[in-house]
Amino acid sequence: MSKVPLVERDPAKARRIAIGLVTVGTLLNAAAHLLMKSGTSGASPDNPLALLFYIFQNPKLFAGYSLYGLFTVVLTVALKYGELSILYPLIAVGYVWVTILSIVLYQETVNPWKIAGLVTVVAGVAIIGRASRK
Amino acid sequence: MILVLGASFVGSFGAVFLKKGGERMHRDIRSVVTNWRLAVGVALFVASSLLYLKGLKHGELSVLYPMVSLGYVWTLVWSRVFFGEPLTTQKFLGVGVIVAGIVLLAAGAR
Repeated sequence: MSKVPLVERDPAKARRIAIGLVTVGTLLNAAAHLLMKSGTSGASPDNPLALLFYIFQNPKLFAGYSLYGLFTVVLTVALKYGELSILYPLIAVGYVWVTILSIVLYQETVNPWKIAGLVTVVAGVAIIGRASRK
Repeated sequence: MILVLGASFVGSFGAVFLKKGGERMHRDIRSVVTNWRLAVGVALFVASSLLYLKGLKHGELSVLYPMVSLGYVWTLVWSRVFFGEPLTTQKFLGVGVIVAGIVLLAAGAR
């Protein structure tokens, strides 16, 4: 086994791993936010401290936060393999998953404003990602 | 909407404290446990998350979740202010585009 990191040994393979991980990560994250949304649909407490404890009592919120934690771990690993400039725009694609799923699952309406807003936000995140490239 | 945008503001300060704390972290448990900056960073993230949950309860996920991207905008500003990272034209352009997107989303909200 060579000690040379994969990023230097086989950059194309490292990039594929990073892109794959981030794509899986954004799906986990989308699921996390959908669970959080449906977890707040019941009678959740208004008091912040009570709300904090409520996260541990409500299975949907707990599952949502667990997936969110997992997403953070997957993202951290992916960042070891790939550049932020490629991964940032992919993370922003997560917004698209969430929007599609909230329309399908929660009957939220879709309109031209929302679509235009979504595309614009993703473009903005992509620009910042490119600007952060060293 | 205001709750979620507020959450992104609080959360971006969480990142600032985590970075400040991270700079003082060494390879021993003590430097992590007694690091008040890290603790403040985590507390701000928790507070931000609770605000986000409160916002979610009253609004549409398809509008609110993309609004979390305002956090990128705050983070760029704080990176300039607290860490002296350069705010290039391209970053500035990205910020403008994100803000425009958030305005469009707000227009599309029920």
